[in-house]
Amino acid sequence: MLKVENLNVWFGHAPDRVDAVKQASFHVAEGESFGLVGESGSGKSTILRAIAGLIDTWSGRIEVAGRPLNARRRDLAFYKTVQMVFQDPYASLHPRHSVDAVLSETLRLQGMDDIDRRIARLLDDVGLGRGFRFRYPHQLSGGQRQRVAIARALAAEPRLLLLDEPTSALDVSVQAEILNLLSDLRAEHGLTYVMVSHDLAVVGHMCDRLAVMQGGSIVETMNVDALRQGTASQDYTRQLIAASRGYARA
Amino acid sequence: MTLLSVRNLRVTFPTRQGEFQAVRGVSFDLGRERLGVVGESGSGKSMTGRAILGLVRPPGRVFADRLDLDGQSILNLPERRMRKIRGNRISMVMQDPKFSLNPVMTIGDQIVEAYRLHAGGARAAARQKALDMLAAVQIRDPERVMGAYPHEVSGGMGQRIMIAMMLAPDPEILIADEPTSALDVSVRTEVLNIMDRLVRDRGMGLIFISHDLNLVAQFCDRVLIMYAGRIVETLAARDLHSARHPYTQGLLNSLPRLDAPQARLPVLERQESWRDGDTIAESLETEFPGGL
Repeated sequence: MLKVENLNVWFGHAPDRVDAVKQASFHVAEGESFGLVGESGSGKSTILRAIAGLIDTWSGRIEVAGRPLNARRRDLAFYKTVQMVFQDPYASLHPRHSVDAVLSETLRLQGMDDIDRRIARLLDDVGLGRGFRFRYPHQLSGGQRQRVAIARALAAEPRLLLLDEPTSALDVSVQAEILNLLSDLRAEHGLTYVMVSHDLAVVGHMCDRLAVMQGGSIVETMNVDALRQGTASQDYTRQLIAASRGYARA
Repeated sequence: MTLLSVRNLRVTFPTRQGEFQAVRGVSFDLGRERLGVVGESGSGKSMTGRAILGLVRPPGRVFADRLDLDGQSILNLPERRMRKIRGNRISMVMQDPKFSLNPVMTIGDQIVEAYRLHAGGARAAARQKALDMLAAVQIRDPERVMGAYPHEVSGGMGQRIMIAMMLAPDPEILIADEPTSALDVSVRTEVLNIMDRLVRDRGMGLIFISHDLNLVAQFCDRVLIMYAGRIVETLAARDLHSARHPYTQGLLNSLPRLDAPQARLPVLERQESWRDGDTIAESLETEFPGGL
């Protein structure tokens, strides 16, 4: 479904050039859920943004559903295959667009017909009642906003969802609801996920395999069982796992 | 003797729909200990911290039967007297250093200014104190950091600088509002170690406000769990995993765990009765009045 080979992403020009991602390679099979973990600044979100076409200063090879991507141009077929959900549902929804406006605009851009019926179905899919259709973001809680953002991503009927810290701005009880929703949607629609998170427990819950990033490079790719058992091959991964277990008094 | 004694603290804001009660009758004592305050967004945990410091702005109003610092009431003091307490005797560390440091002032100037405001004294002495404080929070190159601007330091370093600034006047109580939520796990441990040492070595009282139950269970001595502006349960931190209140249990269960995989996460079913039910509490008094 997704192949990333020797991906480099940089910002700025020499001498101030910053290499945010260096020689990253990984594959994600159809229907798989793949996690990217690491500390802030490790480049995990940057990889997602390069795939989504939000950054064009990259080199290497990205293939989605067998088709290589161009750094600068993405066609409609790409956005029908790949959609993204962002970290902060308070920032990713237009404050003066109602839920109905957000979803109908997206559906129209995707060239969908029967928009009225589709909006009702999308809201059902993400567990929001019809009553939410004409609300504005400020009338929604954080969890409800994230549901709208997920509905917007699903509007294109994509096969690959890029999830950038989808629950880190939410309370733990709401996080549980959103993670359950994402699991259900993946089972129902046969979606492929690439999920970025700093929370190893969340990635452990959601993903089959994961890549650990440090300073722009992937230091290790492992499956979730290895993560659970703490049998990482790299020191850095072991440190990360130990730190995520919580605080041990010095 | 308890450092801080709070009884029936209430914070209200007028709204078009009538009075909104953000904090509804919170009572607790703080000794020289690490007291965790846990709850979801909107539970009133941050507002409790702000009310203690007199930082609730009008039209918000603060009421309490008692709000005593070392036996003296600090409830609704005039701003001029509150300013002597704030920073000097009770300090606060906020969540995100990016929004709490002045972006156009060097870090050294900010710490020196904060220190001289409270302690007075010569500029040179304050500068030395600032260097000492930066060293105390494990900043390796304090001379360089003194001359740096906030955007030139990392998030973890920014948070340590905030702590250094708050600790320069030697407060008796530190209120830390989500001090590590914006930090990576590896940096988090360092920041927690620093606060831990301050409680043990200086006998400071720490109010640690957080949404992270596991962290609080491991770091604090005692925990208050807040829901809808009230404390629903208080218990020793080591007993958090045997909490009795269904809300506390629900929060704990909704966390994904690396060591116990499950297909679906249990979802919290909120009960109307939690809003006004009884508090499950051993006692309001602290077990650690004289230090750990």
